[in-house]
Amino acid sequence: MKTAQAGTLESSDIMITLSPQEPGDGVKIDIDSNVLHQYGEAIQAVIASTLAEAGVKDVWVKAVDRGALDYTIKARLLTALDRARRAA
Amino acid sequence: MMAIRRSMLFIPGNHPGMLQNGGVFGADSVILDLEDAVAPTEKDAARRLVGMALKNADYGDSEKVVRINPLDCDGAVDIAAIVPCAPDAILLPKVQNAAELREAAALIASAEVAGQKPVKIIALIETPRGLANALEIAEADPRVVALAFGAEDYTAGLGAVRSKEGGEILTARALLINAAAAAGIDAIDTPFTDANDDAGLAEDAGLARRIGFKGKLAINPRQVDVIHEAFNPSEKEIDWAERVVFAIEQAQAQGSGVIAVDGKMVDAPIVNRAKRTLEMARMLGLKKEDGQ
Repeated sequence: MKTAQAGTLESSDIMITLSPQEPGDGVKIDIDSNVLHQYGEAIQAVIASTLAEAGVKDVWVKAVDRGALDYTIKARLLTALDRARRAA
Repeated sequence: MMAIRRSMLFIPGNHPGMLQNGGVFGADSVILDLEDAVAPTEKDAARRLVGMALKNADYGDSEKVVRINPLDCDGAVDIAAIVPCAPDAILLPKVQNAAELREAAALIASAEVAGQKPVKIIALIETPRGLANALEIAEADPRVVALAFGAEDYTAGLGAVRSKEGGEILTARALLINAAAAAGIDAIDTPFTDANDDAGLAEDAGLARRIGFKGKLAINPRQVDVIHEAFNPSEKEIDWAERVVFAIEQAQAQGSGVIAVDGKMVDAPIVNRAKRTLEMARMLGLKKEDGQ
């Protein structure tokens, strides 16, 4: 797995950057969002569950959110994962 | 029930904001676009996003269509990813012949999951060869429900100069309409590319309808209402259709199949057109249920 990115900074989108971590480091999620107070936890939960479903254990996720819906977050995260794996 | 495709609105496939709002414009069909609207480096992202949008976004009563990439440019990857997400139809670009259409149909069949409603195909005819083979394409597989015309690529293929009046595409339009009619499917017209010219669009859509198209591609949400206005049956047409159907029913009750309405003889194709007009008016709420 290599560092990879998906999504944009346009309204309703989210830009996700994945960086590999050492085995055992676990999942680290940093979120920057203009709706962090209302939706920060929800965004975190979508990212965490999508990673768990994909079987990813050690990764640093940086997400810059512009009001993305859950399915958009999931689509962008899965694209970033595809790209990280393809680059590896 | 007949499908109504007066307007088919393109929505860029890698644009979350537009994808989530695609249902609010009242288009008869939305076309989530993986082809021209998506940069080559973002095809993977659009494929994921459109798949998710199909499963999660609310497109209301709009038919959900996905324009995939041509089969020689990852179209097969698009089909494998998109078909299980249950679109109503796939818009297949740059179809050149029946073999390509059948190849796509086979890929779609193998991508469908158990219990899924069969995915239809709309063939986009946008090359001189595709137009020359339009009838065989229309009849290549029972999934094909419409031929759509893409005039920009087509005229580039001819070396013709595109104009607002469209004299250079009149023959192509007529050939495409004829092929679709011969196969018993719909013909959908090329988009009007100047999104700021409502009068020009109204004129172009009016012409399209008069020569036999059943609907028109749209590249901007603001075109939807103008296109609907052009393709809706008028009050006069509904009134005529009601009189035709009433007259034929009376004639049949009296054991005769030949009638005249407004001094003109009416035969089976005219009756069929009248019935289609009435059904369309009823589905669009333009006519009272009890007629007359």
